[in-house]
Amino acid sequence: MVKKIYFQSIFFSFFFIKEAFAAESGGMPQLNPEFWVSQIFWLILTFGIMYLVLSKLILPKISNNLESRKSQILENIEAAEKQREDSDAKLKEYDEIISKSKLEANSIFNQAREKALKDIGAKREVLDKQIDNEIAEAEKEIDALRKNAPDKINKIAIETSSELLQKLIGAEVNNSSISAIVDDLSKRNGDKYYGN
Amino acid sequence: MAANPMSQFDVYRIGPEIKVGAFDISFTNASLFMILSTVSILLIFNLGSKKNSILPNKIQLLSELSYTFVSKMISDTAGSKAKPYFAFIFSLFMFVLFCNMFGMIPYTFTVTSHIIVTFVLAAFIFIGVTVIGFIKHGFGYLKLFVPSGVPAVLLPLIVVIEIISYLSRPISLSVRLFANMMAGHTMMKVFGGFVISLGIVGGWLPLSFSVALTGLEILVAFLQAYVFAILTCIYLNDALNLHH
Repeated sequence: MVKKIYFQSIFFSFFFIKEAFAAESGGMPQLNPEFWVSQIFWLILTFGIMYLVLSKLILPKISNNLESRKSQILENIEAAEKQREDSDAKLKEYDEIISKSKLEANSIFNQAREKALKDIGAKREVLDKQIDNEIAEAEKEIDALRKNAPDKINKIAIETSSELLQKLIGAEVNNSSISAIVDDLSKRNGDKYYGN
Repeated sequence: MAANPMSQFDVYRIGPEIKVGAFDISFTNASLFMILSTVSILLIFNLGSKKNSILPNKIQLLSELSYTFVSKMISDTAGSKAKPYFAFIFSLFMFVLFCNMFGMIPYTFTVTSHIIVTFVLAAFIFIGVTVIGFIKHGFGYLKLFVPSGVPAVLLPLIVVIEIISYLSRPISLSVRLFANMMAGHTMMKVFGGFVISLGIVGGWLPLSFSVALTGLEILVAFLQAYVFAILTCIYLNDALNLHH
């Protein structure tokens, strides 16, 4: 639409140009060859100089700038990639170290536990032996005591009875006769008291 | 400025008349704006290429964007073989663009609105492309006029049409740019004249139209420079990579 209006107005504007020409005459200045040579000369001169300066001095610099920026960006990306890889490797290493040390700690713990258990077992054995020995000794002692007990009791009984008799009667009593009696009694009652 | 909308295209002498032999090479307003365009191009791109910082400043960004824009345009249309001609197409694009843009400033002169300027550029491109084509392919370059897959009956007609279209390239190339520039500027002048003649009461409509036209003309100024450069690339592509 805009285009249509644009071209229509161009078309109409040529009518005005025609009228203007009719009024003032002279035609299009573009078709007046008076300054053609001058325009060609200055065009070649300016364009040529501009082309030479651009192609020899300025454009190589711009392309160089662009290249160096590109390469620097690539380098930076590469460096970043490298650093990322490094950090990844380090992370892996770290993970490995952690898992390794976990295993180590576990094994150390297990070892310590085993050792402690062993120690405890050994100590317990020693203690058990000691206790057993002591029990055996005590039992022996008890046995000895038990064996000796009737004799001692007899003795005590004989002495006590003799003293008792002496105090009660006031006369000396033959120990041997008492002991005979006590022996006889104890033999008869021994079964009752000791359960032998 | 006269009321004649064509008077803006008048070329007039600045300073003394310079004559070399029979030729008048006087310094004119056209020469002034050619020099202005080239000097500003060189200034901008010199400033833009001076420092090489990783984070470019505005002018460096501008020049690098133009560089990549033109380089992409060439590689897209003419392939990697056209790389040696990058500097020429870049200067061509920038020259036409700056001349067109300078013309958009009021009271300036549009260098590219003159058929002789655009024709010299187009003729140079045409001759250059033809020479490159013959150097690259020898007489095989003439195969350009014989498209493949055309029935033998139609071949004479097709060849004639191809030759005519090839020979009309410099004319179409130059007239396209010249006519666009001239028509646009003339129209702006005409509408500007309407603003004056219709006065405070009726002048607002042509004024608003003039404002819209200015935007359109800036677009056209860029577009025509782009079209000029890309057509050069296409012609170069024909000469470098013979597809027919």
